[in-house]
Amino acid sequence: MLDGRRAPRRMKNREYQQIDPQALATPPPRPPPEHMPKRARRKWEVFPGKNRFCCDGRIIVARQSGVLPLTLALIVLTSGLFFIFDCPFLVEHLTGCIPAIGGVLFVFVIISLLQTSFTDPGILPRATPEEAADIEKQIDNPTGLSSSYRPPPRTKEVVINQQVVKLKYCFTCKIFRPPRTSHCSLCDNCVERFDHHCPWVGNCVGKRNYRFFYTFIVSLSFLTAFIFGCATTHLALRSQGGNGLVVALQASPASALELVVCFFSVWSIVGLSGFHTYLVAANLTTNEDIKGSWSGKSGNEDVGNPYSYNSIIKNCCSVLCGPMPPSLIDRRGFVPSDDSVQTRPVEIELPAAKNDINMEKDCLDFALSCAG
Amino acid sequence: YTHSLQDLRQAAVASKVFVQRDYTSGTICKFQTKFPAELESRIDKQQFEETIQTLNNLYAEAEKLGGRSYLEGCLACLTAYTIFLCMETHYEKVLKKIAKYIQEQNEKIYAPLGLLLTDPIERGLRVVEITIFEDRSIGSR
Repeated sequence: MLDGRRAPRRMKNREYQQIDPQALATPPPRPPPEHMPKRARRKWEVFPGKNRFCCDGRIIVARQSGVLPLTLALIVLTSGLFFIFDCPFLVEHLTGCIPAIGGVLFVFVIISLLQTSFTDPGILPRATPEEAADIEKQIDNPTGLSSSYRPPPRTKEVVINQQVVKLKYCFTCKIFRPPRTSHCSLCDNCVERFDHHCPWVGNCVGKRNYRFFYTFIVSLSFLTAFIFGCATTHLALRSQGGNGLVVALQASPASALELVVCFFSVWSIVGLSGFHTYLVAANLTTNEDIKGSWSGKSGNEDVGNPYSYNSIIKNCCSVLCGPMPPSLIDRRGFVPSDDSVQTRPVEIELPAAKNDINMEKDCLDFALSCAG
Repeated sequence: YTHSLQDLRQAAVASKVFVQRDYTSGTICKFQTKFPAELESRIDKQQFEETIQTLNNLYAEAEKLGGRSYLEGCLACLTAYTIFLCMETHYEKVLKKIAKYIQEQNEKIYAPLGLLLTDPIERGLRVVEITIFEDRSIGSR
């Protein structure tokens, strides 16, 4: 008989079996542990790669956040100095648009930086054991090799757009990598359309976050150039009144610091933006460019990029404005329980509903055990 | 004798077949329409090919480059991509369509034959996994 207390809470408290043990003379016989998991685990908790997750799986970062804090600090510090020291002077002497433009650029830079760092770059989930076994079967392995000897790298060839492309087998993820996919050793994941692993951003740059990365470096180029220009103008205006540069520097040392930081950054950032603009226009990745995959170094003149649309505009549009692919790793989904066969093909929607079904079953068990 | 989706829960899994991706058109999501040998005794080749072809068409629709996707992309860029936090993308909408289609196919065609399609999104869009269940009443056919 259920006691007078409230019915077991359903959604919030997942640790169901702690409820009301005192109401029963003896604890009801518990079903074997597999059928009543203490807490349904989300997939990010069992993720095999070297990533870290925050906010219950909503945010993903690489294991080593690299120099992301440094990047953020540099940007915020330099921009902060700009707003505090240069803007008042320039607003007075020039125009009020200056902090507005600076503000917009700063917001763009920070948002795109955070999105580049915290978005799943296009990680491919590893093969399930059955898939891996199926692939192994298909690969011819006639001689009985011992498990300690690694067979030669397996490759599959595919013809794309009249180009022969070799697909390599990934030993870690146990899959044949799709074209343009590469395995990042720092994150220990295969990433689709792998560009590079960026330590400044603390994440890989791949299919899903390339557009954020591009926006970041382009807006950062503009911001750096803008701050550089404003600081120079500031110092120039100050030293105009017959005071000389030294006095101007003493009056506003922050501008000097900004100049130094921006001077060194602007070359590398603008250079990087230019390089990536070329990559976008040619529909190439940094990885492919560095390896010279399509530059015809083997002497074969027919080698060209099979993924390019041969039109700069179409390449740009497809890389930057194309449809946003979904994340394939389903970080916030629940790990399915092992005892039941997966009969519900649509598992990705409504993990809450699945929890409900477990709850209902548990409620029933509890009610029965109380009555019995 | 026909199984329903619920009956499959009690059935034993005999084996699984994996339909791999077809990369001949590039990196777009497309599955091979080649009919696997293990399914020969279970399902019509035509039916299988039709299912895969429809899936391929749906994925092509999701990844299509056209006016609508460019509009979505440009709008996203202008808002510093913050609209992705509140709006469902076109791709996600099509994925829901695909999930529904697979559910339908399972209920109407595959489950009665003792087969089950798994939505490729649960396998990272790498394979279409088809589970073959032991059909104890196969003798009665």
